[in-house]
Amino acid sequence: MTSTAAPLGASRHTPSMETGPGAFAGAGTLLRFGLRRDRVRLTVWVLALTLGTLATASEYRTLYSSPEERAAAVSSMGSPAALAMTGPGRYLSDYTAGAMLGHQLLGFTAVLVGLMSVLTVTRHTRDEEETGRAELVRSAVVGRHAHLAAALGVAAVANLVLAVPLALGLTTAGIEGVDAGGALLYGLAHTAAGLVFAGVAAITVQITAHTRGASGAALAVIGVAYVLRAAGDVGDDALSWLSPIGWVQRTHVFVDDRWWPLALCLLLAAATAAYGFALSTRRDVGAGLRPARLGRRTASTALTHPLGLALRLHRATLLGFAAALGLMGVMYGSILGEAAGMVKDVEQVQQALAEIGGATVTESFAAMVMTVVAVVAAGYVVMAALRPRTEENAGRAEPLLATGLSRNRWLGSHLAIALAGGTALLVLAGLGFGLSGAASTGDAGLVLELTGAAAAYAPALWATAGVVVLLHGWFPRAAAAAWTVPVYGFLVGYLGPVLRLPEGLRNLSPFGHVPRLPAAEPVWTPLLVLTAVAAGLIALGLAGFRRRDLDTK
Amino acid sequence: MKKAITVAGLHKSFGRTHALTGLDLDVEAGEVHGFLGPNGAGKSTTIRVLLGLLRGDSGTVRLLGRDPWKDAVELHRRLAYVPGDVELWPNLTGGEAIDLLAKLRGGIDHRRRDELIERFDLDPVKKGRAYSKGNRQKVAIVAALASDAELLLLDEPTAGLDPLMEVVFQDVILQAKAAGKTVLLSSHILAQVEKLCDRVSIVRRGRTVQSGTLGEMRHLTRTTVEAETERPATGLDALPGVHGLTTTGRRVHFAVDGAHLDGAIRALGAFGIRGLTSHPPTLEELMLRHYGDELASNGLTGSGDTASRTDPSTEAAPSTETAPSGGNGGGTR
Repeated sequence: MTSTAAPLGASRHTPSMETGPGAFAGAGTLLRFGLRRDRVRLTVWVLALTLGTLATASEYRTLYSSPEERAAAVSSMGSPAALAMTGPGRYLSDYTAGAMLGHQLLGFTAVLVGLMSVLTVTRHTRDEEETGRAELVRSAVVGRHAHLAAALGVAAVANLVLAVPLALGLTTAGIEGVDAGGALLYGLAHTAAGLVFAGVAAITVQITAHTRGASGAALAVIGVAYVLRAAGDVGDDALSWLSPIGWVQRTHVFVDDRWWPLALCLLLAAATAAYGFALSTRRDVGAGLRPARLGRRTASTALTHPLGLALRLHRATLLGFAAALGLMGVMYGSILGEAAGMVKDVEQVQQALAEIGGATVTESFAAMVMTVVAVVAAGYVVMAALRPRTEENAGRAEPLLATGLSRNRWLGSHLAIALAGGTALLVLAGLGFGLSGAASTGDAGLVLELTGAAAAYAPALWATAGVVVLLHGWFPRAAAAAWTVPVYGFLVGYLGPVLRLPEGLRNLSPFGHVPRLPAAEPVWTPLLVLTAVAAGLIALGLAGFRRRDLDTK
Repeated sequence: MKKAITVAGLHKSFGRTHALTGLDLDVEAGEVHGFLGPNGAGKSTTIRVLLGLLRGDSGTVRLLGRDPWKDAVELHRRLAYVPGDVELWPNLTGGEAIDLLAKLRGGIDHRRRDELIERFDLDPVKKGRAYSKGNRQKVAIVAALASDAELLLLDEPTAGLDPLMEVVFQDVILQAKAAGKTVLLSSHILAQVEKLCDRVSIVRRGRTVQSGTLGEMRHLTRTTVEAETERPATGLDALPGVHGLTTTGRRVHFAVDGAHLDGAIRALGAFGIRGLTSHPPTLEELMLRHYGDELASNGLTGSGDTASRTDPSTEAAPSTETAPSGGNGGGTR
């Protein structure tokens, strides 16, 4: 070795591996690799967000085509409850379809973009470390910061790409109040929000050693940001200025087209990302800043029963759904009183709602909310009923089924949680909806009525679970196909009346057979039939599971 | 003796893959039975059929006198299983997983559990996701041994353990054997099998190629003999059962079939034996005898004829032939 080579090599090693360009070695390759890995996942995100936005925009255009209809919308959206669910009141000053997007949809899609960014960043950083793949990669010529840089890069690319179809789509859709500049701002507002939450995730992935903890903490930040803007938009405006979601809404896109709030987002994104990089130098690969929590030395008596174990495994998901559905019920309930006023003057809406149920506007609105609640609860049921399949695939069913636990009891314990949990979610959402609906309308009878209306969907949930069990028993590799039940139920139930789908298509979904309470009359026959179908599917599925080979690794 | 496990002509296919093609296995009650074979030979599949997790396509399988598919749950209360690849619940601690598995099996001896946790140096308050492979393995081993099962089905139980823990494991298994338990130990760590097992079955491509005590199996194969005689030994190559004879002055080196060992030594005696080393085949050599052609096709040495592996150049230190697999090969002098 020559005398000149040594100091060069040494200097490259010491300071620059820590913070200099060497720390980013391999980031470009990892970025391309990350984009390759996520090409389907991110494409779906971008398409779903774009299509959802365009569909909503065209709905606004149809529903509020005349100045009178828009004026009615302004008066109904001006209430505190409505502002809490949408955005700042400034949009109401010129309430075109474009302004409605900025007011009603942007806050919601900003949360979704945040979700996409958080999941992307954790997936490419903490998840890689937790599975041990990062260790393998880091042993190659890959710098200390390469993983985080690449993960942020993937999130940034996804967020930037999302702005393109959003801007182009809105510009070309010919929506009133939407111009090219505003559409571009609207698209880039999503990018800005996404970048902030990617930065937040860059910090949270440093803190805990586990993916779930890291994404959970970042999602909590999104939740806080949403609550802050809701509080700010209703009351003290200053609170909204603490929230990145509040910032992007304060572009007043399609009304004032202010660009500068996006600069705040970029600054915060850069600051959080930089802090994430700084924190990462203070910890080891695979470890978190906070040491992993320890647990109990012995199992509680409850845990050693199959049902106790199942409850423990399902607990987090069930609580998450309970919080989401309870909140959803309360929020819909809080606008129930205004819903009546909101649509009273809008003839078309009344017509559309009349086609669904034919009852009063409040009842029709409530019936529509029930459809959404039922589909979300069905999402939980599918997830929970698929859990045994997840356990089986992960190799965790094998040691259990090699004990005195029979296949029926093992699968049955998970199924019991799915069925009872789904039912409890319905009741909870119905109760929340009923309580806050009773408060907003002054009709105390709604509490029982709406709780019952939600509970009426329980047999449809059980039938959904039955489909999962059947697939799991007989066609385990196709078990995930059970997701088509809630997705189809949503499409025909929620969009069906709007798209005027034929009745036959609706009857294919178990949700199509549930009486649309409280708008329709309660009928018991379909509920009993659905319950019987559920029991049959479950029995058949269990029989299949008892006689098939367990899938082992 | 009562049979703990009887498997005859077991077939099992997964789609077009034939995992088991007529496997036979007999395990006596109270013995430690080694179940040997390379990865993919069908060891894990066999154990899963014994557990009733998979259903055999054809053949008979009896476990403790009963049908493992039909009576799975009743049988599981009498046995304990350690999978080769232990997966734990990420949010349950090791201690919780141990209690869960042992109690679902029918009960746990708390004193024994704590003693095993101590001996295996396991931290039971860590969450499952924080454990290394070796620690997950320990959780399953402790759970299996902490309950009072009469039959232990162990599928490469020490794959992730360090050598110190390997010693603890061997000790614990010997204890279980002393307590009269039956153990089926699938492994490819030959030293472990030589140390623990009364009998072994060697499987290859889904069928049993050899089964018996190590002694019997050695008898069926060739013994390596090296001797120094007063007069140069001649005519040995004409004897039945003698292979690979090399003669260097007064030193001879050959392999002889077990059945002809006596004749060969007698013939050697006629030349006046001054030094004699013989060693029975090691387990490694027994394995190589059955798998030699696979190795050869991979371009490695190790033909089917174990004795011919002996290189004349090892002459100076004849007994080093006994390979790393264990001390049992040490010769009779």
